[in-house]
Amino acid sequence: MNKIANRAVMCEVLKEAAAKDRDVVVLCSDSRGSASLTSYAEAFPDQFVEIGIAEQNLVSVAAGLASCGKKAFAVSPASFISTRSYEQCKVDCAYSNTNVKLVGISGGVSYGALGMTHHSAQDIAAMSAIPGMRVYLPSDRHQTRKLFEALLTDQQTAYIRLGRNPVEDTYREGNVPFEMDRATVLSEGSDVLLVACGEMVRPVKDAADILNREGISTGALDMYCVKPLDREGLLAAAKGKKLVVTAEEHAPFGGLGSMVAQVISAHDPKRVLNLALPDAPVITGTSAEVFAHYGLTGEGIARTVREALKA
Amino acid sequence: MNALAVKAYDLRQDVLDIIVSGGGGHIGGDMSSMEIMLTLYSRMHVDPRNPKDPDRDRFVLSKGHCVETLYAVLADRGFLDLNEVKSQFSKFGSEYIGHPHNTIPGIEMNSGSLGHGLSVCVGMALAGRMDHRPYRVYTLMGDGELAEGSIWEALMAAGHYRLDNLCAVVDRNHLQISGNTEDVMGHHDLHARFAAFDWHVIDVADGNDVDQLNAAFDEAERTKGRPTILIANTVKGKGSPLMENKASWHHHLPTAEEYEQIKADLAARKEALMHE
Repeated sequence: MNKIANRAVMCEVLKEAAAKDRDVVVLCSDSRGSASLTSYAEAFPDQFVEIGIAEQNLVSVAAGLASCGKKAFAVSPASFISTRSYEQCKVDCAYSNTNVKLVGISGGVSYGALGMTHHSAQDIAAMSAIPGMRVYLPSDRHQTRKLFEALLTDQQTAYIRLGRNPVEDTYREGNVPFEMDRATVLSEGSDVLLVACGEMVRPVKDAADILNREGISTGALDMYCVKPLDREGLLAAAKGKKLVVTAEEHAPFGGLGSMVAQVISAHDPKRVLNLALPDAPVITGTSAEVFAHYGLTGEGIARTVREALKA
Repeated sequence: MNALAVKAYDLRQDVLDIIVSGGGGHIGGDMSSMEIMLTLYSRMHVDPRNPKDPDRDRFVLSKGHCVETLYAVLADRGFLDLNEVKSQFSKFGSEYIGHPHNTIPGIEMNSGSLGHGLSVCVGMALAGRMDHRPYRVYTLMGDGELAEGSIWEALMAAGHYRLDNLCAVVDRNHLQISGNTEDVMGHHDLHARFAAFDWHVIDVADGNDVDQLNAAFDEAERTKGRPTILIANTVKGKGSPLMENKASWHHHLPTAEEYEQIKADLAARKEALMHE
């Protein structure tokens, strides 16, 4: 089991960048510990701004820094940065066109038993609805590194959701196919296409393996770039398939599933099933327990596919 | 005669024309904040030929609905073509919308939703300090706007970081859209509130007086180790008795008759100032 969380990888990439570039600035809202950024703050005190527990101010201050040429990374729990400071994300980052990278840490149901105040199951929908905002959910630590390295080279705002806990690797070190804003093909198949983002990528990869072993030819896509959604990659992968199934750690509305269904229904109509969290406060538990409860595991996703093909 | 004080009345006429041409605008706050923006831009280090100079002073209009005055002042400063603003304001497809937009030369940030400007300015001031740049950062807020909680987050941060390159101004006209600010959500002792957040506070007795404003901005520049905030006591709708101190003129569109009356009042005030 991998022991390195995606947020820890973010910290490493930002430290490497800050050492070379004085314009890299990280901002936290009393969240440096939960963001794994304590070592960054210690190593680069002049390129770190503590805002205190004030997420609205966090995002606007980041935008002010960015407007003066700084590469600002505002890092705060996904639940707060995507809702408490939503208007600041809209107005000061996207609308004002400032280079602020909004990093939502402990995203989805990472905080488990802490309840709905700390869960972010609406962030994909909310952030994607803002013109000019990009939305990324990297799957594993290797892809997180590639993504942050790419984000450091561009000038546009983006929202990045990271989970709290280490997740099983999807990719192998030294073999991490990554092209910015292009979905990564995890496996090819002829009957079924699975599409996922973030922490649901590994279960989808597992489901594809299970189904392929059973003789159900299944392809899988890592759509870490939820916005801009890789439409071409999606349509190419969906071509000829009987069924498309999406999986995401998000509410059932306005997330990856909705976007995939929108593209498929317009350009290559076929059955699309969306697996997601319920439209309700999620059951208490760890991420693994919650995912298992709602069928968001390799076996759970495979079961959904089997039943759908029978129907 | 104070040329800047006189010019404020020429620009008030420009604002009136912009609003009437566009079919709407926030005339009350435009008129109360005219001397504040005009005085600021008369002293800020900004250059329309080099609008992105990294050492330029920054201004963010947090009370973005008073953009008509900002347009008039930016045009006067050489950033914009006044006739273009007048003919295009609020028209279909126009860049000159009813709130600041930073695709327009001289405008730093988009605003309109209240309570953002001071936070953004905290970021700009921090960047200036990090890069050892000499610029100063200014924002203008409304007094009604001060009910936004994010402003108090920003006040806290600016005080905490002792941002003496930052100067905020409150257009204290005592009125907001629903009436008197103290009835809507009382501010009580604003001076004490700002001071408690570790700001240097200057009460500008007449915030429509350019000499008093200049003196206050001088004092802000001299103040080290703390950000400065000016409580500029202004008159909403300043320039015509028709509008002055009337909440209903927050965004009232003058009728043809009212336009003529205001125009005459502005000319009379200007005439009086020219003989001072």
